[in-house]
Amino acid sequence: MPEQGSTPLVLVAGTATGEVLRLDEPLSFWGGMETVGGRIIDQRHPQVGEIVAGRVLVMPFGRGSSSGSSVICEAVRAGTAPAAILMAERDDIIALGAIAADEVYGLLMPVVVLAQEELDGLETGAVVTVGVDGTVRASDGAPDPA
Amino acid sequence: MTLRLEERDEARLAGVEGPAQQMASRVVTRLAAAMGADELLDITGAHIDSCLYHGQAVLDFANRLADDGARVVVPTTLNVSSLDLLHPEHARGDPEEARLSRGLMERFEEMGCRPTWTCAPYQLEVRPGFGEQIAWAESNAIVFANSVLGARTNRYGDFADICCAVTGRAPAAGLHLDEHRRATVVIRMDGVSVDLLDRDVFYPVLGGLIGRLVGKAVPVVDGLEPGVSEDRLKALGAASASTGSVGMFHMVGSTPEAPTLEAALAGHRPVEEVTVTAADLRAARDRLSTTTDDDLRTVSLGTPHYSVAEIGRLVELLGDRRVHDGVAFFVSTGRDVLHEVELRGWADRLADAGVSMVTDTCTYFTPIIQDVTGTAMTDSAKWAYYAPGNLGLEVVFGSTEDCVESAIVGRVVRDEGIWADA
Repeated sequence: MPEQGSTPLVLVAGTATGEVLRLDEPLSFWGGMETVGGRIIDQRHPQVGEIVAGRVLVMPFGRGSSSGSSVICEAVRAGTAPAAILMAERDDIIALGAIAADEVYGLLMPVVVLAQEELDGLETGAVVTVGVDGTVRASDGAPDPA
Repeated sequence: MTLRLEERDEARLAGVEGPAQQMASRVVTRLAAAMGADELLDITGAHIDSCLYHGQAVLDFANRLADDGARVVVPTTLNVSSLDLLHPEHARGDPEEARLSRGLMERFEEMGCRPTWTCAPYQLEVRPGFGEQIAWAESNAIVFANSVLGARTNRYGDFADICCAVTGRAPAAGLHLDEHRRATVVIRMDGVSVDLLDRDVFYPVLGGLIGRLVGKAVPVVDGLEPGVSEDRLKALGAASASTGSVGMFHMVGSTPEAPTLEAALAGHRPVEEVTVTAADLRAARDRLSTTTDDDLRTVSLGTPHYSVAEIGRLVELLGDRRVHDGVAFFVSTGRDVLHEVELRGWADRLADAGVSMVTDTCTYFTPIIQDVTGTAMTDSAKWAYYAPGNLGLEVVFGSTEDCVESAIVGRVVRDEGIWADA
């Protein structure tokens, strides 16, 4: 269901800069992404083969197994996770992976819910910065080094 | 919405009960905020899936909690792992990964979890009662607990399950609350033969179809004869939680929160009403197979873990016949069920018939099957959905009867008659 409250709604706070990757369909991280290179491996996903590592990942909502949390945490540990994940709906599986990575490794991957109109304005390839308050701005600088 | 915490939560967050409680509380609290919960609630039990090794992160998390002395504060059962401790001869995986898996399992035992190693904790002697708030992981167990037992859990998974068990607290959100348990989608049958409605195989196929139709919504199945068995409800739920993200379903006259359709809908109008035909069911059945090759090499039953009644049915179907020499036949179950099966003398009969029992794990993700060429057959929609991707094999879905008859003759045979239009 669409988010009723005001956005941005910060599920996991942090800052990140990276190139936007818009997903045409939601991605299940468990079975959908490998953590060695951060590549989409779900053969049924239209963007199979794309690298999510270091990108600001924009998708409508999450899907799939609750084991997705550990895939995200493992990817954050390995440095192959997205720089940030921006969605139109809350997703506790994705949030939990980011929370666990912060707790165990002290590594922050921001997870933010934005209004659909704002997500629609984020084009693949644009370099943006996600603020600790969940705001997303066009970035003048190069992406943060991984 | 702001999260209101009780004093005991604040104290744990401040570290009064030590670093393990502090970290677990922080995870539950942060999760609650991310879910939009406005408070935490007490739970009376937990079922943990974090004990399945899939990478360093889960192990690091468990080590951190266990090293800090974490103990569960509610009765807590453990899901399958990637090792069959009772039948080590099945092991075909990497020995180093097996060592890490065993290490992870031990950490959860140290924290006070019961080494039940089953994905069907609802088949254990003690199980949650109606209305109990619990924190369960494992998709098939979650949907069974909510739908069949009337207990209340969200779809918990890695990290959250153990943190809820250690704190005895869970976010008051989702399926813990009345308002999210009512059905929004009504499912009815039209033109499905009475014969098919009376078969076990109908239920996993219907479940697979429902998962695709409703995603994560709560459906209610209307119009079936009341009193559908737990094993059939289990198969339906497991399938719907594989092809979709169903955490709860109702079946009028068979599940406890659906004595009537109106009760399941809690007085609201449904958002959607769907009519399922025999053709829809045939298509759903066909989507569960990846091949038409009838060269059968493997049969795998017991996903979720077979119950005593399901094993009894298998013994009956086999009679005094033996599985074909070219077919490996596996049945996965919990160690408690296996014990009961041994007491009844069935384990010896199954062994004589060429059936291998698997406990503590499951054949759809653990490398137990030796020959992944040819065709594997299963009566489980969940196995059919996941095994091809995990193991790289081809699958044919069939009824339990189909699986047994095929195993005996050594090639795939299916009874097509029951799938015809009424």
